Amino acid sequence: MTTSDFLHSKTAAVLTVVLVLLCIWYAGAVALNTPFQRDQDVRDKVERSTGDFVTATLNQKRPVLPAPHQVAVEIWQTTVEKKVTSKRSLVYHAGITLSSTMLGFLIGTVLGIVLAAAIIHVESLERSLMPWIITSQTIPILAIAPMVIVVLNAIGVSGLIPKAMISTYLSFFPVTVGVVKGLRSPDPMQLDLMRTYSASSFQTFWKLRWPSSIPFLFTSMKIAIAASLVGAIVGELPTGAVAGLGARLLAGSYYGQTVQIWSALLSAAFLAAMLVTIVGFADKAVRRRMGMVQ
Amino acid sequence: MIAGIPLTVLGGAAALLFAAIAAVTGTAAFSPAFVACGLLLLVAVGGAVLRRDDALGAAVVILSVHAAAVPLMLHIDSAPGEMDSGYWALLVSAWLMAWTSVTRLTQTSKKLPTGARRAVDLLIPLIFGLWLMLIWEAITRGAGVPQVLLPAPSAIWAKLTASLPILWADFVQTFLKAVIVGYVLGCGIGFGTAILVDRSPFLKRGLVPVGNMVSALPIIGIAPIMVMWFGFDWQSKAAVVVIMTFFPMLVNTLEGLSASSSMQRDLMRTYAASYGQTLWKLRLVEALPFIFNALKINSTLALIGAIVAEFFGTPIVGMGFRISTEVGRMNVDMVWAEIAVAALAGSAFYGALVLIERALTFWHPSNR
Repeated sequence: MTTSDFLHSKTAAVLTVVLVLLCIWYAGAVALNTPFQRDQDVRDKVERSTGDFVTATLNQKRPVLPAPHQVAVEIWQTTVEKKVTSKRSLVYHAGITLSSTMLGFLIGTVLGIVLAAAIIHVESLERSLMPWIITSQTIPILAIAPMVIVVLNAIGVSGLIPKAMISTYLSFFPVTVGVVKGLRSPDPMQLDLMRTYSASSFQTFWKLRWPSSIPFLFTSMKIAIAASLVGAIVGELPTGAVAGLGARLLAGSYYGQTVQIWSALLSAAFLAAMLVTIVGFADKAVRRRMGMVQ
Repeated sequence: MIAGIPLTVLGGAAALLFAAIAAVTGTAAFSPAFVACGLLLLVAVGGAVLRRDDALGAAVVILSVHAAAVPLMLHIDSAPGEMDSGYWALLVSAWLMAWTSVTRLTQTSKKLPTGARRAVDLLIPLIFGLWLMLIWEAITRGAGVPQVLLPAPSAIWAKLTASLPILWADFVQTFLKAVIVGYVLGCGIGFGTAILVDRSPFLKRGLVPVGNMVSALPIIGIAPIMVMWFGFDWQSKAAVVVIMTFFPMLVNTLEGLSASSSMQRDLMRTYAASYGQTLWKLRLVEALPFIFNALKINSTLALIGAIVAEFFGTPIVGMGFRISTEVGRMNVDMVWAEIAVAALAGSAFYGALVLIERALTFWHPSNR
């Protein structure tokens, strides 16, 4: 790859955008932390040069906006330097969030596929249920999250299951809609061919509809897993900061630990990106095995 | 004889028979409503079996099943919370017959003229929703489910009508202030940025993947930070909504702006159209379906953002605040009333967007 090719590539463009965003972040950190630093300096009677002042704004203990390197250091300290089992380890909290995300995502995906298969085969179900499935997503379902958690807690169900239920609710919808579209995607010619083979509706489903819905399924799963993570994080809020990334966010906001909030936020972002990427890889692998891409 | 009868009708008849046996042998609590409901369901089963594929049979099934719903609900008053197996059999029978009526309605609607078919298409989900409510009501009141676990729809309705001023104040705080302001700002800024970025292919190449990635992130987590920066009032919630709605709008508008084909753009060039004219008369029009897609996604995101942001701190008003405090006090009916308001607001918002979209993109294949 020549230099000119590189400059016109997507990677260069993305890197530039990310760099610009980092610069904006630093500038914002300086701007937002300046008032507090000035107050502090006046109180301590410290005179600083401009360069020294900027460095000070970027290294406050509880900044309004922590600088990227502060967050990076915090993440390093709470992941690599802490034992995984420690309550202060981000890996521990991310693991808890990840487990309910995955459980919710799995149940949601299976539920979504089953619903889609039912909707395809029973017409009255499609006409009566589908509008409600769509309406159910226009309501801000996360609002129910605290109630689900607290009520289930009251009857003795706590821990993983309630959070996973919220994730399930958020993730089944994209899967249902996507798979219904996918199961409908074979064209009439192919369906007619199955009929000439006198294939049963189960055979048509298994040998034609299901394989053709795979690309739709994976696209939906990428959306579903991201939604599932959001559900898990919000599900951790009402229990009052016990464990998980959501709890780290809440604890950070209680005690004004901005660096902690940002590190939890960034690890959640990292987790989301990783999960989506893994689903993306699975998509490619499955399609290659099915001979859909060379 | 039996072969041609749908499974739902067979199930409905079997459950009805069970209820009748329970009533005759005296194991079921007896009331006039029970008998009335049973007889009406019998008529429905009869209609479904004897007139299997004409409109008259469908009408008989639909009318008698829905008439049966009234005594079905009235019977609960005879002994609330202590319904027996006979009643549950009756409920199952009613549910299966209601399902049959929807199936019949679906079949009949195919033979109807377009206008009537549209009405029936609207009616079918409504019937489904109605029966969902009826079954919910019957189970919660009939089995005496504790209020804390799941209140009956009638209890939620009573709470809703009794606390309208509070709900209205919450609605104003969360929806009219935070959601609307944040939504308009977020979508507006996203749209403006997209128009600007669109002029630079390099920026566009870089921003689209980043924007797509950010759209998948749990941005909701930014809420505590915004509450710290902008205070407890609605401004911080609006800020969360701005950030949540910005990226979907940016990415979709950018995608939409490149939706016009090169043929169309060439045509604009042969007309010697300026950049502004091409943008306004061709590219923005072609981008409308994408823009509305973003607007629709954002309508839900905005409401979620505003409500969840309130979990991190608010003045003592707002939907999210009410939900989290009433949950803490175990006033679950109030929470459900608030959720009903949120659901109504969310669906109305979404529905309004769909109507505007239909009016503006009438030319798009999906609307013709």
